[in-house]
Amino acid sequence: MAMTGTFGSRRLGRWLLRGAAGFTMLYILTPLIFVIWLSFFRQEIPSFPPDGYSLRWYGELAGNERFVSGFVLSLELGVIATAIGLAVGVPAALCLSRFRFRGREGLNNLLLLPLMVPGIVLGMALYVAHVEVEIATGLPILGSLGGLVAGHVLVVIPWTVRLVTASLAGFDRTLEEAAQNLGANRWTTFRRITLPSILPGIVAAAMFGFVSSFGNLEMSMFLVGPGRTTLPIAILQYLEWKIDPTIAAVSVIQILLIGAAMLITDRFVKISRVV
Amino acid sequence: MARLELDQVSKQYGDFHAVRGVTLDVADGEFLVLLGPSGCGKTTTLRMIAGFIEPTGGAIRLGGQDVTQLPPWKRNAGLVFQSYALFPHLTVNQNVAFGLEMRKVPSAEIAPRTAEALRLVQLEHLGDRLPRQLSGGQQQRVALARALVFHPDVLLLDEPLSNLDAKLRQEVRLEIRELQRKLGLTTVMVTHDQEEALTMADRLVVMSEGEVRQVGTQRDLYERPSDRFVAGFVGRSSFLEGHVEAPGLFRTAGGLALGCDGQGGGQGGGQGSLALRPERISISPAPLTELDTTLEGTVEFVSYLGALIDIHVRISPEERVVAQIANRAGGFMPDIGNRVHVGWSSADARVFPGRAPTS
Repeated sequence: MAMTGTFGSRRLGRWLLRGAAGFTMLYILTPLIFVIWLSFFRQEIPSFPPDGYSLRWYGELAGNERFVSGFVLSLELGVIATAIGLAVGVPAALCLSRFRFRGREGLNNLLLLPLMVPGIVLGMALYVAHVEVEIATGLPILGSLGGLVAGHVLVVIPWTVRLVTASLAGFDRTLEEAAQNLGANRWTTFRRITLPSILPGIVAAAMFGFVSSFGNLEMSMFLVGPGRTTLPIAILQYLEWKIDPTIAAVSVIQILLIGAAMLITDRFVKISRVV
Repeated sequence: MARLELDQVSKQYGDFHAVRGVTLDVADGEFLVLLGPSGCGKTTTLRMIAGFIEPTGGAIRLGGQDVTQLPPWKRNAGLVFQSYALFPHLTVNQNVAFGLEMRKVPSAEIAPRTAEALRLVQLEHLGDRLPRQLSGGQQQRVALARALVFHPDVLLLDEPLSNLDAKLRQEVRLEIRELQRKLGLTTVMVTHDQEEALTMADRLVVMSEGEVRQVGTQRDLYERPSDRFVAGFVGRSSFLEGHVEAPGLFRTAGGLALGCDGQGGGQGGGQGSLALRPERISISPAPLTELDTTLEGTVEFVSYLGALIDIHVRISPEERVVAQIANRAGGFMPDIGNRVHVGWSSADARVFPGRAPTS
């Protein structure tokens, strides 16, 4: 009896665990499933059950100038900001993880700060700064592509610094000494030994940086200029007038893009191992 | 291969002297071992030779050229790391070829030279593997091949055997030594394992607290240790504290009058310690004759080591000595509490001046 009692409670525990896991998965996936479902509804005003299914909203997307240009701008922004973010973040991570200097902790926190400051505050602060600098220098910064890129670089940097630092923590520095002993100078050592070892971290950093830039709404709202709208802003503006399934369709495109990026990255780098 | 000279090499971190004025001359083709407890400065010395640490004083010459200011990649020194430090993302062949590539060796020469180096360590069949697919002993050999392939002026070994299990260690010791002889490699090895040091070295350097205590052959260090530290570190000794009362006569703190080597230090009548090697102490159930010093004592402890047996004998309320006997069939085998006689000849009882921190 005691035996069956133990087995019984063990089995109960297992079912409870599965139940909790299943509920959590459902909780995460439900909005995604609904958005994807909705994007195929035939009628303009979403209601359940659907009148029928069609692909017209996807066709509508291609014809929507604002969505297309928003998509292109967001893509450009994401790529440029990620590239700059890596160029800043990788050396910063190397310094932070290798050298003990005054203000190291402070610098580390500073580089992670954009992640903690609410996007609205960040956008507002940058907007005010841009206004002030423009008044002071006369340079056209407000609403410029440069200003937008600069803002997005801020969003990317915490990811690159954080993830590259994490992968450097697991890197054995005697490998660098071995390379130098074998005749490699500092740069060759970095290129041939250090870089391949921390590449998974860099790839993951690039991906997370890109995703957070691509989806950024709050900060971008303060930085975009006339005729220059990112995709999330275009979506928001569209929603002010209509709530037809076009929105769902554009979201599906976003989900697919990011999902594909994740899957491709995961083929080269086990993301779960770095993040 | 080349001669390696260290001239008054020092390394200071703030007030801490990691290495103080180390002067060494390693002949072409010689196998020199730096031996000492952890923190004695032996690894720092090796890393200065490799160029990873810049000395705060002195000069290092390799093949007659002053390399003190050269970065590691401009010194032609092959280093085998304790952790092997094989590049995990490169195959065995690529690991071994790395040093040749860096030296801009024509690519047509790289493959045969890589294969040749792997053949030396009997791993020519594993060139396409990744390091993680190899056993510890195989990784160690790849590291050795990688350090040898570009014909370094000096081979540096940083505790190369400490990550191998005991049995393998014995084999690899011999392999490295034979390879070193065959290729005539000038070699400096760092170890804290005295058995390893004694089996492999042509000459040994005993270091402690950043200083060289003694340089010599195994025999020099064992028979004529220059100080108490060496006497305790190379081989074992029982130390008895006291002072030299007259030439050839040592008075212990416990009041015993013992014969000692009249040529040794400590004649000034000051504090000193008498060092006795365990195998030089005779032990017997019957009174001993024909020895300069004989005493009676009580067996306090017996360590059975297999081929050898250590017998700890109390010779006065404050003092005891360890005698070692061979384990022979039907031989003398005392038990704890037995009264025994111990003795030695004065030539085997060396006196070192000064008191030691430990005994």
